Amino acid sequence: MTDKTMKTQAGQAAEKIVQAQIGRSLWDDAWARLKANRAAMASFVVLFLIAMACFFGPMLTGHQYDTVYRNYVKVPSSLTAYPRDDEIAPALEKVLKQARFTADSVEIAEKQVVVKVSSKREINEKAVRYFDRSDLFKDAAFSDFSEDGKSATVTAKIDRMHFYFGTDANGRDLLTRTLIAGRISLIIGLLASGVALLIGVTYGSLSGYFGGRVDLIMMRVVDVLYSLPFIFFVILLVVFFGRNFILMFIAVGAVEWLDMARIVRGQTLSIKRQEYVLAAEAMGVGAGGILKRHIIPNTLGPVVIFVTLLVPKVILLESFLSFLGLGVQEPMTSWGVLISEGARNLQGASWMLIFPSIFLTATLFALNFIGDGLRDALDPKDR
Amino acid sequence: MTDTRTPLLDINDLNVHFSTNSDKDIHAVRGIHMHIEKGETVAVVGESGSGKSQVMMSAMGLLADNGWATGSVRYEGQEILGLSRRKLNSYRGSKMTMIFQEPMTSLDPLYTIGRQICEPLQVHQKMDRKRAMARALELLELVGIPDPKNRLKSYPHEMSGGQRQRVMIAMALANNPDLLIADEPTTALDVTIQAQILQLLAELQKKLGMAILFITHDLNIVRRFADRVYVMKTGEVVEEGNTKTIFDNPQHEYTQMLLSAEPEGRKPAPAADAPILLEGKGVNVTFNITSGAFGTQKHELRAVNNVDLRLHQGQTIGIVGESGSGKSTLGRALLRLTNVSGEVMLDGEDMSHISKEAMREHRKRLQLVFQDPFGSLSPRMMVGQIITEGLLVHHPELSARERDLRAIEALEEVQLDPSMRNRYPHEFSGGQRQRIAIARAMVLKPRIVVLDEPTSALDRSVQKQIVELLRDLQEKNNLSYLFISHDLSVVRAMSDYVMVMKQGVIVEEGLTEQIFDAPRELYTKQLMAAAFDLEPISA
Repeated sequence: MTDKTMKTQAGQAAEKIVQAQIGRSLWDDAWARLKANRAAMASFVVLFLIAMACFFGPMLTGHQYDTVYRNYVKVPSSLTAYPRDDEIAPALEKVLKQARFTADSVEIAEKQVVVKVSSKREINEKAVRYFDRSDLFKDAAFSDFSEDGKSATVTAKIDRMHFYFGTDANGRDLLTRTLIAGRISLIIGLLASGVALLIGVTYGSLSGYFGGRVDLIMMRVVDVLYSLPFIFFVILLVVFFGRNFILMFIAVGAVEWLDMARIVRGQTLSIKRQEYVLAAEAMGVGAGGILKRHIIPNTLGPVVIFVTLLVPKVILLESFLSFLGLGVQEPMTSWGVLISEGARNLQGASWMLIFPSIFLTATLFALNFIGDGLRDALDPKDR
Repeated sequence: MTDTRTPLLDINDLNVHFSTNSDKDIHAVRGIHMHIEKGETVAVVGESGSGKSQVMMSAMGLLADNGWATGSVRYEGQEILGLSRRKLNSYRGSKMTMIFQEPMTSLDPLYTIGRQICEPLQVHQKMDRKRAMARALELLELVGIPDPKNRLKSYPHEMSGGQRQRVMIAMALANNPDLLIADEPTTALDVTIQAQILQLLAELQKKLGMAILFITHDLNIVRRFADRVYVMKTGEVVEEGNTKTIFDNPQHEYTQMLLSAEPEGRKPAPAADAPILLEGKGVNVTFNITSGAFGTQKHELRAVNNVDLRLHQGQTIGIVGESGSGKSTLGRALLRLTNVSGEVMLDGEDMSHISKEAMREHRKRLQLVFQDPFGSLSPRMMVGQIITEGLLVHHPELSARERDLRAIEALEEVQLDPSMRNRYPHEFSGGQRQRIAIARAMVLKPRIVVLDEPTSALDRSVQKQIVELLRDLQEKNNLSYLFISHDLSVVRAMSDYVMVMKQGVIVEEGLTEQIFDAPRELYTKQLMAAAFDLEPISA
């Protein structure tokens, strides 16, 4: 009996140690180390904020991404509201001219304009549409009709709008468009890279580990895919499946995993000759276990770096596709598309380039820092 | 040698620090004093981590970026510590030269031998190419490389380890240095070649009259070779003096420990009727080497040639041979880790023709411990995971907690603190890592363990502990060992039966005493002479 109690005591002590220490895997550990990396954590925050802004921002800007303001084509970014005071009078004149009214008296206040108008014909109430059609005025209404109906007072509210990032060449709010574009770019960048990562690492490590004939066949498949011209491949997909957003993932993912597979295969070839792999084989560990526990974790360093380079590459590739008309379609947009538009309008409308570029650059910076942080965190020797 | 003369190299109160990622700096060398006179041979002896290499690295301005040195290093009265790289280069490579431990990596694989020897000549003596080549030829003759004229055009991979080390020495001698610093120059070489290199160094010193500073962990070399000895431990010189005095009458207990660190004890042979566990009949391993543009030229390399072997329960067979003799390949072949022809029987069951999957079942009983405790543990797994990986395969029914308990048991068995199992391998010393590797093998409760040079990468004193640990484990669990090593003193302490291998063939086998006391073959005799002959080389 005493023997048994002794054992339980020892067992309890052992269990205590076990509980204190169980569950610390490479990933837990990496996370703890990543948290200590300030640049990486700041980058996470930045990336999170950008993502949040892109997904919820368009609901809060007060503009639709596809609304065209014809009166505000290429207006510069500004914190103050449009229209400017000196723009109201000429715009009003234009409206009155279109409606064939003569202004008897004009009164421009902070929030509304009051115009006494007269016309050669009887004034139709529907003429308010001339005011409402302009982007400067809203809720126009007639009052105080004269008896013959040829003169009246029009009251119209001035529609004050903010274009913090200015507008594009079609008079669309750039802030909203930048945020909407971010949705597309982030989704494509992260998902397509993720797809490439998954396929590339699996394919490359299998090919490298099994080696010999398997490796030969698998790598020739990669070579064949490499030799297909990318654009040809995309056009082929479009012909077969029609134009589709998901198609872009497939196209980009199908091309980008090739590099990843080669990198991982090369790493695997050198890692599989390491003695710890041989030791695992001698222990009877199967191919799956060796790949999962020994080979893939040890390829992570270069892989993580490659992924952080891949994300911007994919974002730019998408803009290239869109430029050719194979990617996102107007009025939908992406950062790449906005930037190429901005580049074309650099003279006179520099904000069209600057703001989308800031978002893209901030994202890429953040991804690079996170990549560096991840690589360091995943290397236990760097502790 | 009187005190009034300035010594060649005078090191005073040298301190070396390394900054690390954690807050604590490492104090690698702690205020040491050393001096080397012209033409003498001085040895700095210590185990790994004693700071012996860092002393010379700081003198040569080769410290790693995170290290810094304080104190004074004078070369013929001239302070050289902290000199700019440019000024230092007028000493380095011309007056003081260095040869390194690893002849495989210290030559650039992209250039021919001739070009690499010429480089320091062209830099320091401003020789033109033709004269430099002539000098290079002369140097290769000096270091005794056969057919030196053609060898000038060879690339490093075309030469053996011993020849490369000779080339390194030739490069070091190119500018007629006053001081040659040799940092473990023979550690990576086979014993017979080691003896040749030492012989060469002694001859060269006699001929050229330079001073040699010898950094080593091997006391055997020191006794044969050096005039004076400094013994270093954890960054301090604990004892210094003439070689003879130190060997005959060591004062410090660390020196005494180093001197007695040769593994001791003998293993008794198992009972004659002990069952045969592992039997190999006519074991052959051939590698097909293809060359030519399309692999058209094929030839076979027989790494293991018709070897018969019988391992009884509780027995240790020592397999001895130099590098390239096929002893490691034989070990792997018996575990079926390489393709093998011939018959391998485990417990009377034929294993030579079963599939890879079926072999996996048997792996539990057959374990392997490698030479390199750095390469054999996956750097991204924690020690606990490494040890219990085999359990995942052979005992999938165990829960994570049960596996952890097994890991604790195994670590205790190899005398490591079980609370260390959540650390990564790089946090451990070489000896500790080798214990971890042994724990990994033991956790499956094997019957046969193949030990492939398990002690070669370790310090002598650690070697001794590992040998004792292995013997204890054998006794406790009635294990059979196949002990592969080039180190004869360890083999003598571990095994009761010895097989001597040369070029894939067993040239001699027999009981340990028989082989060691009365070797019959010439090759065995040569091995013994190189390993145990303590006659001074220089004379």
